Amino acid sequence: MRSSDGHIFVLLLPLLVIVGFALMALVDRRRGHLAGPGFFARNGVGIGLYLLLAVSFWTLLVIVLPQLFMVEMAFRPKLPPAATGGPRDVYTLENFRYFLYGSTTSTAAWNVTHLTAFWKTIVASILVTAGNFLLCYPLAFYMAQMAKAARVRLLLLLLIAPYWVNEVLRAFAFRVILGTSGVLNKLLLGAGLIDAPVDFLGLDVGLYAGLSYAYLLLMIFPLYNAIESLDGRLIEAARDLGAPWWRIHKDIVIPFAKPGIASGCTLVFMLTSGALAAPLVLGGPRSLWFTPIVYDRFYQAFNWPQGSAYAFILLLTCVAFVLAVLRLGKLSLGEITR
Amino acid sequence: MTAATAKRALLGLYIGLFFLYLFGPLLVMGISAFNTSSYPTVIPFEGFTWDWFIALARDKDMIYGLQNSLIIGVCVVALAVPVGLAGAIMMQQIYPRARGFYYLVVVSPVLTPGVIIGISTVIFWRDLTTTLGSRLLYNGDFLTVLGQSSFISAYCMLICIARLQRFDRALEEAGLDLGATRTQIFFHILLPFMRPALLSSAVLAFLSSFENYNTTTFAILADKTLTTVLAGRVRQGSTPAISALAVVIIAVTVCGALLYEVLKRRDDARKARLLRVASTAEAQDLAIA
Repeated sequence: MRSSDGHIFVLLLPLLVIVGFALMALVDRRRGHLAGPGFFARNGVGIGLYLLLAVSFWTLLVIVLPQLFMVEMAFRPKLPPAATGGPRDVYTLENFRYFLYGSTTSTAAWNVTHLTAFWKTIVASILVTAGNFLLCYPLAFYMAQMAKAARVRLLLLLLIAPYWVNEVLRAFAFRVILGTSGVLNKLLLGAGLIDAPVDFLGLDVGLYAGLSYAYLLLMIFPLYNAIESLDGRLIEAARDLGAPWWRIHKDIVIPFAKPGIASGCTLVFMLTSGALAAPLVLGGPRSLWFTPIVYDRFYQAFNWPQGSAYAFILLLTCVAFVLAVLRLGKLSLGEITR
Repeated sequence: MTAATAKRALLGLYIGLFFLYLFGPLLVMGISAFNTSSYPTVIPFEGFTWDWFIALARDKDMIYGLQNSLIIGVCVVALAVPVGLAGAIMMQQIYPRARGFYYLVVVSPVLTPGVIIGISTVIFWRDLTTTLGSRLLYNGDFLTVLGQSSFISAYCMLICIARLQRFDRALEEAGLDLGATRTQIFFHILLPFMRPALLSSAVLAFLSSFENYNTTTFAILADKTLTTVLAGRVRQGSTPAISALAVVIIAVTVCGALLYEVLKRRDDARKARLLRVASTAEAQDLAIA
């Protein structure tokens, strides 16, 4: 298929879905399954138009079509503008082949740089997510079940405060502490614990600390909200019946807070694997994160189709992670996005 | 020492460490803004200076980026809040069999990495404007507003949905019975009810826009915002002027939060007064009857 037809298909796809649902609604109304006033009768013409226009602008032009265009571009070859729409402009898997095997002129069997970076990003993101969960769970439990209301309000305020500062500056703060002439090295040298400065950034300590720090809040809030709605008497009952503390958490609190845990984990994973600021600011010379590679495909190599393919791979990974979490916890999407 | 006090000490230690992790980096960075050392550090503290703030104020790129960020933030609020509200109302009214699909579509930007949203926005509008033959809309600020709005509208929608669930439809029917038009009901009943949700949506939208980096860095094209200028500076090397910027941002937001709290208290007091007046009036009416 020539890729000039692709755009028409991509534009028609959402339209077909809308028409499909509209027809279904029409049939249902005929058969009497749908009762009540129609959309415009219920909202009035003016407000009805506002609702329709705002929602269709948002869903079509801002959410769906850009994503579809990006996916479509991922299957295109990189061509000079003059050859676009020409005989060489056909759909191809070249960009995905490149991700796996690298340049056709290279001798290596695999595209080691990109694959390692991708793999490392996924593993590190899972570790950061798990680490943040372990770090936040006790505090969330304390705030939700043990602390007094005034104390909780103070803690919440304190938790939000660092997030007024933007991501780049938060990463920069870690650089001030962990750099070779940073505060931690000065302290350790002064105390005589080390003889020469340790390159924390080169060892990626800074990167992981910065990433975990950056999204702490997005773990603690879903956890807190979920645990807070648990009836404290259940915990008391378990304690009265002689359950040890770890069984209370394993059998009561965690199963109850599952939607919150899933929600926090998906958010943190998504943000970590898609993080750009922290890897740029804190990544050592040897640490290659996946997102800066994607960025370079666009603005260094100017290979937009390949950049799109890489972004698509990242998107698929995130979707896979969300689906895995939903499946693992036997949850629905609605439960984790509250 | 008993087991209970040991437990309490352990808990205190954990919470203390947690908040040290949370505030330590910011504190160190904040102090380094006042140190004369040309590399941002705290040890040794060579001397107190305001120089880095002056250097910051003279930085033309930063000032330009700041202006641009403010403009984009305001535009995002103006776009995302009405869209989020419409999205929330639509959620209640949409054809039930399409509801699940609709929800999936509108929540997806929250679960999509920011870089991907930025990339897809740029690709779509580049192709669209090329096809239409006008590059007027292929503009960094415009694309950034759209890209950011895609997920910020979803935040606003989620806030609005939570509030809308507590809306009493009987109020709407009462309005209709008293002869109000649908439009009047929207403006005089629904909107005032939604006011707190809309206000917090607006604040959240502005802050998310102002501090966004991932989506912006792609969508802004050749233009600049405060965060993209900042990221460029940080990559070039560390200077205490960057710490100074952090101090300014913290100071401004703390003032903003305090102002918000004061206004909210005043608003609450006003509402309580109105309620009191209304109930005394009602009592008088009843007494006369």
